[in-house]
Amino acid sequence: MQHRAGLTAAVVLVSLLALPARSQVTAVSGAPLVVVPEPAAAKPPVPAPVPGALQAPRPARGLTWKDVPDDAGRAVELSWESSPDDGTQLVDGYHLMRSESPGGPWTLVDSVTAGVATCRDQSTSLRRDLAHFYRVDAHGPGGVTPAGSVTGPAIASSQWFNRTRWSVLLLTMLFFGFVLFFIQSVQGEGGKPFLRRIPGIDAIEEAIGRATEMGRPVLYVPGVQDIDDMQTVQALIILESVAKTTARYETPIKVPVSYPIPFTIAQEMVKSGYVHAGRAEQYDPESVQFVSPEQFAYVAAITGVMMRDQPGAHIFLGAFFAESLLLAEAGYATGAIQVAGTANADQLPFFVVACDYTLIGEELFAASAYLSGEPKLVGSLQGADLMKIVIILLVVVGCALESFGQHGLTQWLATQ
Amino acid sequence: MKREIPLFLTAAVGLFMILSFFVPHQAVSVPADFLQQSAIIIVAFGIVLGGANLLRVNLEAVVRRQPGWTYKLVLIAGLVVTVTLGLIEGRDFQAAGTRSTWIYDQVYSSMSSAMFALLAFFIASAAFRAFRIRTTEAALLAVAALIVMMGRVPLGGVLTAGLPRELRVETLAQWILDVPQNAANRAILIGAALGVMATGLRVILGIERSYLSGED
Repeated sequence: MQHRAGLTAAVVLVSLLALPARSQVTAVSGAPLVVVPEPAAAKPPVPAPVPGALQAPRPARGLTWKDVPDDAGRAVELSWESSPDDGTQLVDGYHLMRSESPGGPWTLVDSVTAGVATCRDQSTSLRRDLAHFYRVDAHGPGGVTPAGSVTGPAIASSQWFNRTRWSVLLLTMLFFGFVLFFIQSVQGEGGKPFLRRIPGIDAIEEAIGRATEMGRPVLYVPGVQDIDDMQTVQALIILESVAKTTARYETPIKVPVSYPIPFTIAQEMVKSGYVHAGRAEQYDPESVQFVSPEQFAYVAAITGVMMRDQPGAHIFLGAFFAESLLLAEAGYATGAIQVAGTANADQLPFFVVACDYTLIGEELFAASAYLSGEPKLVGSLQGADLMKIVIILLVVVGCALESFGQHGLTQWLATQ
Repeated sequence: MKREIPLFLTAAVGLFMILSFFVPHQAVSVPADFLQQSAIIIVAFGIVLGGANLLRVNLEAVVRRQPGWTYKLVLIAGLVVTVTLGLIEGRDFQAAGTRSTWIYDQVYSSMSSAMFALLAFFIASAAFRAFRIRTTEAALLAVAALIVMMGRVPLGGVLTAGLPRELRVETLAQWILDVPQNAANRAILIGAALGVMATGLRVILGIERSYLSGED
């Protein structure tokens, strides 16, 4: 039933995406380009040159605008011909001015240095679907010279589809299709699908067992990021399995958390683990503690727990940054068995060096399926594996095409 | 219903946010921005829960005179004083010269820097263990690390200055970084990105629902 609902949602998503794609052509091609001469009354008076002093630069010309494509109508691209004095000491740069009427009043939007003749107005004050007029002023030590004309009406319009993301859409649909297909097929076949052994995940139970033998608690650290990071989500999902195991072994678990929302979810996960293990009465609400979102305050608190409580096992799963080695080395000094896992590639070497087992990148995301063994979850792993083959093929074909000077595939895959 | 409504909301919002990645039009981007801003506001409310837990756990430890209770007392005092000063100073509590700014600059920043500085010693001890050559892999790691380190310091350049450019240590170090290291790094990133997408899809479609807790 859930899969049918999932497929329906995917079909609806495709339909929604197809509709805007058809209508965006008219939106882009409708942008007019009009150069309106600036009314004489709007021109500020040019000061008379003082003998011996630097003169104001001659004006920039040919200002044109273009609606930035594939956006939400929040930007206009402007380009102009530089002042003939550009490249000399007379020009420091250009001020881009904007007004809602050709006669002003003018507002400074952005400034660029001499030698630059394009600018993108993406200020928050730019209003979508509203006519704007632009002027570019050359400025230097001798003063400011407004351009001889203004351009407009420039209208920033939004599009229904970002054409640079076709490749992402197709590959995403393909990936989702693979995952849904394998989930369906695994359900149809019944039984438990094959999964290769992941020593790092197997080591979690070993670590908890060792902590139990030593009569010490287990320390579980779900990373230093908030719930908007998928690694934190995954770490919290795995926490339920870990809590279930600690409940079964009657070993206390300590979970210091760095952000409030993961803190409340972590409480639920630990409680859920104890309930599923049939040991709801042993659940200690204080096993999960909020510490601090500040990186090094969090590290200080955890290393304090390591030194004072001497946990028998440390499990670091989630997003980690500079604190990875601080935690892992402090943990190593206590002699605890350590299991770590992160998708932050820069931190992996530190964990590999200082921990007994390390989950590398995708293994972290496979852990919940591996631990639960639920066919539907394992099916999604098979879908991801097939997608990896597609990506490898794309990389090989892309390399071959680039070697022969064909850049079409690379350009199609590039997004904005 | 306790599970169905959250599952429905997760699916609806998740699919809508995926849609917003491809559709920049205001009909989609404006509600998507609103949802993201709402998330920030909800998170801000969550800090009250976290603060309450912090106070409760540490106050209890102080009252029961648990080991290390004096440190917990310092923590509570720091929390109460900082929050109180922030409330008194109002919206400008982050302005230069306020007491809140003084606490942040003089107390927090110093202690944070001290923690970060410890990393230098930890890197030394971790590197010492990592470079003990006991297996083939450890030997490869040690040799690669030695080349990269020598390639990053002037001494390496001086020692190999007489060799052809391709064999100089800085060239070899750059090759290690650009080719084998980069390839492995990208492989990890691609695998992790697919893992992120698969987890996201499982959550959106309600296949992964353990985050809803075990209670119905």
